[in-house]
Amino acid sequence: MSAPNKSYDPVEVEVLKPEAVEKARDEALAAIAAAADLDALHEAEIAHAKDRSPLALANREIGALPPAAKADAGKRVGQARAAVSRAVAERRAELAAERDARVLVEESVDVTLPWDRAPRGGRHPLTTLTERIAEVFGALGWEVNEGPEVEAEWMNFDALNIGRDHPARSPQDTFFIDTPGYDPDVDDGRDALILRTQTSPLQIRSMLTRKPPLHMVSIGRTFRTDALDATHTPVFNQIEGLVVDEGIGMADLKGTLDYFVQEMFGAGLTSRLRPNYFPFTEPSAELDMQCFVCHGSSVGDPDNPCRTCSSEGWIELGGCGVVNPRVLVSVGIDPERYSGFAFGIGLERTLMFRHGIADMHDIVEGDVRFTLPFGVEI
Amino acid sequence: MRVPLSWLREYVDLPAEVSGRELAEKLIPIGFEVETVHSSGAGLSGPLVVGHVLEIEELTGFKKPIRFCQVDVGAENGGVRGIVCGARNFKAGDKVVAALPGAVLPGDFKIAARKTYDHVSDGMICSARELGLGDDHSGIIVLPSDVPVGADAIELLGIRDEVLDIAVTTDRGYCLSMRGMARETAIAYGLTLRDPALLDTPAPTGNGFPVTLADPTGCDRFVARAVRGIDPLATTPLWMQRRIQLAGMRPISLIVDITNYVMLEIGQPLHGYDLHRLTGGITVRRAAPGEKLTTLDDVERTLHPEDLLITDGSGPIGLAGVMGGASTEVHEGTVDVLIEAAHFAPATIARTARRHKLPSEASRRFERAVDPNAAAAAAQRAVDLLVLLGHGEADPEVTVASTQPHPPAPIAIDAELPGRVAGVAYERAAVVRRLQEVGCSVEGTDVLSVTPPTWRPDLTDPNDLAEEVIRLEGYDRIPSRLPTAPRGRGLTLRQRLHRRVGRSLADAGYVEVLNYPFVGKAELDAMGIPETDARRSALTVVNPISDEQPQLRTTLLPGLFATLRRNVGRGFPDVALFETGLVYQPRPGASAPPRLPVDRRPTDEELAALESALPDQPRHVAAVLTGTWERSGWWGEGRAANWADAVEAARTVAAACGAELTVDQEQYEPWHPGRCAVLSLDERIVGYAGELHPKVLEQLGLPPRTCAMELNLDALVPETEVHVRGPRVSGFPVAAIDVALVVSREVPAADVESALVAGAGPLLESVRLFDVYEGDRIEAGSKSLAFSLRLRAADRTLKADEVAAVRDAAVASAARHTDAVLRG
Ligand SMILES: [Zn+2]
Repeated sequence: MSAPNKSYDPVEVEVLKPEAVEKARDEALAAIAAAADLDALHEAEIAHAKDRSPLALANREIGALPPAAKADAGKRVGQARAAVSRAVAERRAELAAERDARVLVEESVDVTLPWDRAPRGGRHPLTTLTERIAEVFGALGWEVNEGPEVEAEWMNFDALNIGRDHPARSPQDTFFIDTPGYDPDVDDGRDALILRTQTSPLQIRSMLTRKPPLHMVSIGRTFRTDALDATHTPVFNQIEGLVVDEGIGMADLKGTLDYFVQEMFGAGLTSRLRPNYFPFTEPSAELDMQCFVCHGSSVGDPDNPCRTCSSEGWIELGGCGVVNPRVLVSVGIDPERYSGFAFGIGLERTLMFRHGIADMHDIVEGDVRFTLPFGVEI
Repeated sequence: MRVPLSWLREYVDLPAEVSGRELAEKLIPIGFEVETVHSSGAGLSGPLVVGHVLEIEELTGFKKPIRFCQVDVGAENGGVRGIVCGARNFKAGDKVVAALPGAVLPGDFKIAARKTYDHVSDGMICSARELGLGDDHSGIIVLPSDVPVGADAIELLGIRDEVLDIAVTTDRGYCLSMRGMARETAIAYGLTLRDPALLDTPAPTGNGFPVTLADPTGCDRFVARAVRGIDPLATTPLWMQRRIQLAGMRPISLIVDITNYVMLEIGQPLHGYDLHRLTGGITVRRAAPGEKLTTLDDVERTLHPEDLLITDGSGPIGLAGVMGGASTEVHEGTVDVLIEAAHFAPATIARTARRHKLPSEASRRFERAVDPNAAAAAAQRAVDLLVLLGHGEADPEVTVASTQPHPPAPIAIDAELPGRVAGVAYERAAVVRRLQEVGCSVEGTDVLSVTPPTWRPDLTDPNDLAEEVIRLEGYDRIPSRLPTAPRGRGLTLRQRLHRRVGRSLADAGYVEVLNYPFVGKAELDAMGIPETDARRSALTVVNPISDEQPQLRTTLLPGLFATLRRNVGRGFPDVALFETGLVYQPRPGASAPPRLPVDRRPTDEELAALESALPDQPRHVAAVLTGTWERSGWWGEGRAANWADAVEAARTVAAACGAELTVDQEQYEPWHPGRCAVLSLDERIVGYAGELHPKVLEQLGLPPRTCAMELNLDALVPETEVHVRGPRVSGFPVAAIDVALVVSREVPAADVESALVAGAGPLLESVRLFDVYEGDRIEAGSKSLAFSLRLRAADRTLKADEVAAVRDAAVASAARHTDAVLRG
């Protein structure tokens, strides 16, 4: 490096001659353009754009020029260096894009490969159907009740106005528990324990402990001595609704059932009541819903039969009615002031026709192939 | 109840064009479930005519005897025809049913003139079965001698009819009769009813057949009528046989058929005794202990003191209202008969029928209550028919043994009640009219005084009357209105956690199953559960579905094992199942529950006594898993399900409940003694998890290394919701250090970890065991546990000496509690 020298002739500084600067620049640009990959570019950059490159070295000589020549030389060298670093940046971007494109192609995989390392689980559709129905009534502000499955006879029968001689109370229908201190042949004011035959004891329990207005569904397992076949199971599930309030009548029952079938089966469907007899309701009714598949169009049309409703147009859902005032008396609710309605629906049956299940065995056997397709919600 | 349409028309003038199907459509909305409408004779077409057998030529030389008959079928049908017939129960001069060429019999059996047995048979002589009139194939039908030759037999035999099979609900006993169904039909069509029970009945006479009612609660009325000199050869007319058949019973003999016919018509079961077989008078009483009776079906039955009996001087001669006795039965030679029309208490008959497993047409009606006022009419009707058809002579004496009759009590009902119950405004006049239609007498204006008819003992409460009005006005008139509930509580904490637990396990790869709660001793034996174990103390079902499984489960595992075995057996070796459900734990010393009153709310003490009789019924959750847990595949090796997965399933459940389980080593059946974890929460044992005992797996036929866990889910649910405190997250850098500690092989890793945690103090953010080593690089009988500790302060960057101090304190604590030595 030289100190400024007034007597120094710029023309004599070879590297700062315009031709030399242009040459260095052109050589740099050519090397950059010729770099085939990022490594080559890196080398070219060191050779032509970094501290030891000809242009950098030329730049250092500017200080040695007389003041009058400095500006011109500085401008020329500065422009050349700027052109080179611009070329480096552009070439680098080009080469990076090229590399990226190639590598990503090389790294591609077969995304159709399976990933079944940890198999999925699932919930039983009876459980999820129960939850779904509970949600439908929960949306109305109703409460959900559960409770004991082994019950006292009084809760399951007497309190529901099912007399001692009702056929349902015989061992032909009801599972009796071997109860210490109970002898069927001795009438000493004691009853047997049984497996509840319906979820109604839950309603009795609620009415005993709480005051109207009551709006609730009771859900759970119930038991009857049917043998397992394609349409029966001794252990089945029920959902029962109960409303007790002032001024409740069959119209409220009908409205609730209409709401239920629309929520569960589709808009526009209706329910139908047919007179029937149950001891715990008076009046009582059989509860049907309009077929959600054919909407009744299959009736009298043998060319388009409906398997869901057997071309009846209606599907039997369960039983219902106005709570027998005697039931209210047995739980201490004033029947002069309050009235109520109740309905009961079998969940297995509902599951079967809602999801096209042909055989009860599939519901009870616990085969994973049956349960898995239902996922975790229904 | 099977209702032949033609029979119904006898009491109601239904328009001729009303079909069975149309009638059904009217009856269904008013409460009668018509199960089927059967068209009898639908597959049959004529000509089917009355033929007169003029001459019979016996044909010989065939495998069976064959007759060639000359039958006069009337000039309009071609006069005398030759017909080949194989039956032998008729003779020349008899009237028979002849199907002529062109006729079609049921089963698309076309009749044509054809050559058979070397003769041209110009038609066919028919049996009842060939005409679809029942199963009687004893021979061809021989008609009464007075039927006109050539008459249309389809009409004559009542072959074409429609029968409605109606499921009558248990409260409507009166509809187990033509009388009752005719009443409902008349109401449905707004027509008048000709009540078949409206007969003139003679007043009782003093000197009739002696009957004593020794048990007025069981039998409060007994009408006895005698008919003598009945022609033993008299047969039941075809129309009556046909009706009995269509109603689902079998014609037997004239006397029996008449009693059955009247029962079907009026609903009052009758019994006929052979007067000569009775010894002295009749007494109705309860059975004495040990007393025996041979019933009509020739079964000797030992009687129960509650059984109500018909007795005479010889002892019991019938189970009242259920079945007669063999000794006084009417028979082929009976000429003098005593007809019984009695009224029995429904509950008594129901219990006796059930006790002796003897449901009969009579008991079915008595159980559902019979009109006490119909007894005299029914007896009269039977007497009339015996005189008319059996050519007997009625005794003028009439026995009506009766205790004070209880007329139905009037019911006070607000005239607006039916409207309130339905949610529809009914005209007061409509309410009164509907009640009158069902047979009630109605007085009053705003509050009505309604006296139900004697055939409707089910009408006792105002709501019963409301139902009659509402059903007859039509359930379809009831509007739809959604009641509004006050603000609800939503799901309870318990319910929400149950859902969350199910979801968590399903997300973790388990499939939910719902098993029956029935178990047997063999299953608990196979699980190696000791005799003294609490799980052996189970409730027993008196009438189980299977004698192998009479007990109620105390653990969910047996059901899960069976379902697991089923899945494995069906070709699924890698299965993980879970179940949540109740188990049943009898309370020691619990007694049978009291029978509480129904005419008031039981007291709290009474209810508490009932509750204390119930078993504890906690909800459990359990899981089983076998085979591969993580599969191998293109990503590399998989791994088999192991004890740790079972423990993790338990932790998953606990986490869903917001609880953290403490895990300790334990030995508990049916688990592997060295691979069983006991799980506790706040020092209370809540369950177990691990690998199952190899012997148990062998016994149960399950694959080796199958694992299981079971938890008391109720014990995991907190009393009240716990609100997690949100932590303040420190932004200062973490100091991560690893320590490897050598401990004796028996020392649980959990102990070492908790000692580290205790020693490290508040700067410890987390600790994680990342490696376990056992092998020759360390002392035999020991293991090396490698932990990674993360330290962090809330307010500063930790200095190297602080970190070292925490590490030393943690290691020192582990050394103190577990004899751990820092691995060099
Ligand atoms: Zn349909």
